[in-house]
Amino acid sequence: MPAVSKGDGMRGLAVFISDIRNCKSKEAEIKRINKELANIRSKFKGDKALDGYSKKKYVCKLLFIFLLGHDIDFGHMEAVNLLSSNKYTEKQIGYLFISVLVNSNSELIRLINNAIKNDLSSRNPTFMCLALHCIANVGSREMAEAFAGEIPRILVAGDTMDSVKQSAALCLLRLYKASPDLVLMGEWTSRVVHLLNDQHMGVVTAAISLITCLSSKNPDEFKTCVSLAVSRLSRIVSSASTDLQDYTYYFVPAPWLSCKLLRLLQCYPPPEDGAVKGRLVECLETILNKAQEPPKSKKVQHSNAKNAILFEAISLIIHYDSEPNLLVRACNQLGQFLQHRETNLRYLALESMCTLASSEFSHEAVKTHIETVINALKTERDVSVRQRAADLLYAMCDRSNAKQIVAEMLSYLETADYSIREEMVLKVAILAEKYAVDYSWYVDTILNLIRIAGDYVSEEVWYRVIQIVINRDDVQGYAAKTVFEALQAPACHENMVKVGGYILGEFGNLIAGDPRSSPLVQFNLLHSKFHLCSVPTRALLLSAYIKFINLFPETKATIQEVLRSDSQIRNSDVELQQRAVEYLKLSSIASTDVLATVLEEMPPFPERESSILAKLKKKKGPGAVTVELEDGKERGELNGGGDRGGDAAIAASNASTPSPSADLLGLRSTAPVSGTTPSAGSLLVDVFSEAGPSATSAGVNDDGFLSSAPPTVASEDPAPPLPESDELLNKFVCKNNGVLFENQLLQIGIKSEYRQNLGRMYLFYGNKTSVQFVSFNTTVSCPGELQSQLNVQTKTVEPLVEGGAQVQQVINIECLTDFIDAPLLNIKFRYGGALQNISLKLPVTINKFFQPTEMAAADFFQRWKQLSQPQQEAQKIFKASHGMDTEVLKAKLLGLGTALLENVDPNPENYVCAGVIQTKAQQVGCLLRLEPNAQAQMYRLTLRSSKDTVSQRVCDLLAEQF
Amino acid sequence: MQFMLLFSRQGKLRLQKWYVPLSDKEKKKITRELVQTVLARKPKMCSFLEWRDLKVVYKRYASLYFCCAIENQDNELITLEIIHRYVELLDKYFGSVCELDIIFNFEKAYFILDEFLLGGEAQDTSKKNVLKAIEQADLLQECCMTDTVSQSFSMV
Repeated sequence: MPAVSKGDGMRGLAVFISDIRNCKSKEAEIKRINKELANIRSKFKGDKALDGYSKKKYVCKLLFIFLLGHDIDFGHMEAVNLLSSNKYTEKQIGYLFISVLVNSNSELIRLINNAIKNDLSSRNPTFMCLALHCIANVGSREMAEAFAGEIPRILVAGDTMDSVKQSAALCLLRLYKASPDLVLMGEWTSRVVHLLNDQHMGVVTAAISLITCLSSKNPDEFKTCVSLAVSRLSRIVSSASTDLQDYTYYFVPAPWLSCKLLRLLQCYPPPEDGAVKGRLVECLETILNKAQEPPKSKKVQHSNAKNAILFEAISLIIHYDSEPNLLVRACNQLGQFLQHRETNLRYLALESMCTLASSEFSHEAVKTHIETVINALKTERDVSVRQRAADLLYAMCDRSNAKQIVAEMLSYLETADYSIREEMVLKVAILAEKYAVDYSWYVDTILNLIRIAGDYVSEEVWYRVIQIVINRDDVQGYAAKTVFEALQAPACHENMVKVGGYILGEFGNLIAGDPRSSPLVQFNLLHSKFHLCSVPTRALLLSAYIKFINLFPETKATIQEVLRSDSQIRNSDVELQQRAVEYLKLSSIASTDVLATVLEEMPPFPERESSILAKLKKKKGPGAVTVELEDGKERGELNGGGDRGGDAAIAASNASTPSPSADLLGLRSTAPVSGTTPSAGSLLVDVFSEAGPSATSAGVNDDGFLSSAPPTVASEDPAPPLPESDELLNKFVCKNNGVLFENQLLQIGIKSEYRQNLGRMYLFYGNKTSVQFVSFNTTVSCPGELQSQLNVQTKTVEPLVEGGAQVQQVINIECLTDFIDAPLLNIKFRYGGALQNISLKLPVTINKFFQPTEMAAADFFQRWKQLSQPQQEAQKIFKASHGMDTEVLKAKLLGLGTALLENVDPNPENYVCAGVIQTKAQQVGCLLRLEPNAQAQMYRLTLRSSKDTVSQRVCDLLAEQF
Repeated sequence: MQFMLLFSRQGKLRLQKWYVPLSDKEKKKITRELVQTVLARKPKMCSFLEWRDLKVVYKRYASLYFCCAIENQDNELITLEIIHRYVELLDKYFGSVCELDIIFNFEKAYFILDEFLLGGEAQDTSKKNVLKAIEQADLLQECCMTDTVSQSFSMV
């Protein structure tokens, strides 16, 4: 092809670009640009109509200026005019400008859409492609609304040119990604799937991207693509390198298409049809075999293309996780790459092996490469590769090699890049705890960790070592000895002083027999560090000192002297001063017995927290907001997430007082008891005043539910749950308190609190009538498999509920493992002789067992990445059914029980949350991302957790909340 | 693919193509960060890096860096070859392409990219087919050009 004539006749543009390039300074450039902008503005505003060429030239200049990074606030209209030019070159520039610079100016969008519509119907393939490119580049909702119906038609029409089909497929993909609700494939599904059979390889290449995206969202509708994809793949894999002509890339037949086919298959489980599966396994074997053949070219493009297919095939093998033979072959192949001279291949092999390590079939095979990986950690020159090696070591670690891996990681830590130290520290701490057989090794490891990388040891890590030492008496003496030795170092990290202070304060007596570590020696050692430490550490040391006074009366005089010194007792820091004063006083007036009681050894910590999520901070408290009756259904949703302060505990303990008149609904608490006038404003009282006497006759008969249950026919079996019970359940996903149910007779209020995997729920049954309920009986049942997932215990209630009175029932819930269904609450009672039988779903949902987890952005993304297997993710895209107010959203997300993480998502509009679901069987870490699109009034919700059922359930629950 | 950036060794942005909706401010921030990160890397380092929750694949050709951000499940090696194929297309079109060609004919660089990648996915991987599409457009362009020329003659 001849060299292009520069600028295509737009000489003015070339001159302008040269001018800019010749500018010596930023100021000169800005000056030149302002001059040009003024010139263009005057041309556009001038009386003389501009010809198409000039318009094109100026629009192109504006585009150039914009791409330099300057703002452009005019010229859009001229660009739109260019769209309807019949000169291709002008149209093309117009479209380019629009693609790069479109903003959602509604007036313009209408004009642009008009121009696009004309070009789409022009039957000129070049124009059609331009228009499709523009839609794909902009991808806005307005465009989806205008064209999502038309493009599938173009895509499958028999007379559409191949090039247009290709553009149409990808255009549709972009629209689907932006506005999935507007792209309805329905009737086109099967014809789109059959594009996989198209003769034109380009059409298949474009269409498969669309099909993969649609399949991943609607696997069932598109499942016929599996066999088509397998046969297409098989044809490519078995073809000679020259068969596919221009689709052969450096002797590799159709590498892009092959990768995409393998990727598409990863949306599905292994094919059920034996023949299809056999063919696929054959393909995968061929791909693995080809990796062993000598290369057909020395060019890196050849090996990249070939290996791209190989890695994608290995991903598929790992995804299936069912063919031990293939998994082990994949592992061996990756093992070869670990020592390849190409850095890229080493990187990818380490990354890919990380996922292989978690498969039971290949875990052992991965472990055989430990020496190579350790070597990589030591010798790789690129930090990103070393990072992969560290990840892989972490993934392949088990009881058999933990000591070796932890030792290697520790020694690497001494020279590790600052960017990955904190992560390495966490990993070492987690592995050391997880695989500790003897706890002295664990203590050594953590103390080493502090010694080597003290700055990167977060509080959680040193808290954890203290918890473990306190809970395990077999290691206490060893810990005291080791930490004492570590403190001997002339310079030791402050974290070491903290651990030392705490442990010696508790267990210093265990080593006090040795004269080298006599009480006074211990104290002097600790106190020699005191002046170098920050205030919180000094405070901790002061507490250690008073503990010493209790442990070793012989140190009392020395320590009292220290406490009495001006630098302590008159310290400018209030906390330190107060401790010094109080401890001094305590030591001088309290008797030995009192002192021994006050300063008793710390009790064991209640329960092991997950070490992986050692960053757990806040305990989840129950919502503690009074429920307003009137708003229970609307605004009340916010209450659960509102205040989680300390008052919560008080409110909860008040409510748990087993008094029959206890009323969580503060508004009417006094009404029935103290006989406030009926106009007091509470709903319950209003019901009395309005429908009081007639409630028994006319008023109640209006209630369909009553008339449908006449006494004689009434069944004693629990009624099926009310149709609205799911809706009622959804109202309580993000809140713990409120009115669960209300009809003309009965109101049921709920107050609940959850800690770890336990929950307690108070149900308040209020009789709204003036007549007593007799044979009042409630039962809670767990249908089906829920029985093995939840342990629910109830206390029976009094069988008589007086008119206007309220009874309370306490339900204890233990979550054994994750669950989907809700327990059923059945209430039966007789009212005026008629049996009432109501079943509701009890609002116990899996998210109630969330504990919020705070984490920094880096941790979040790392964990997010670790949970990247398709089944670990659940995603929903849905329309907003309430307003999209930020505060409301935040309150709901908090109400869900997760921690709302600030400054994590790069897009401030989005929300990310993290939490751990506590069940008896396991703890499930869960990450969440909610992306609101205010313009489209849509949300995208993504859940990732280590358990597929949890991701799905939380996603389902939460999707109903917005 | 989420976006593609071309920038020079001096950090000057030469081409930017975004396949996800982002505000101008975000685009500038991302560009700044990424250009810095990539330029700081040494020649023999690997071509992939983790960046935010994306993977970045980059390669240097003479004075220009080609840099793509892809999603987690995307294939790094094939993305490297996407870059290479684009370079080949530019090279064939401009006749041993250099940075200046892309500066002065930036619109052409965008047109070629649109023919090759659309919405972040390969539209056609055949070099012939992509170039054919561009050639056809150029033919249309040239006949228009002669139109303008003849018009200006008639005005004289």
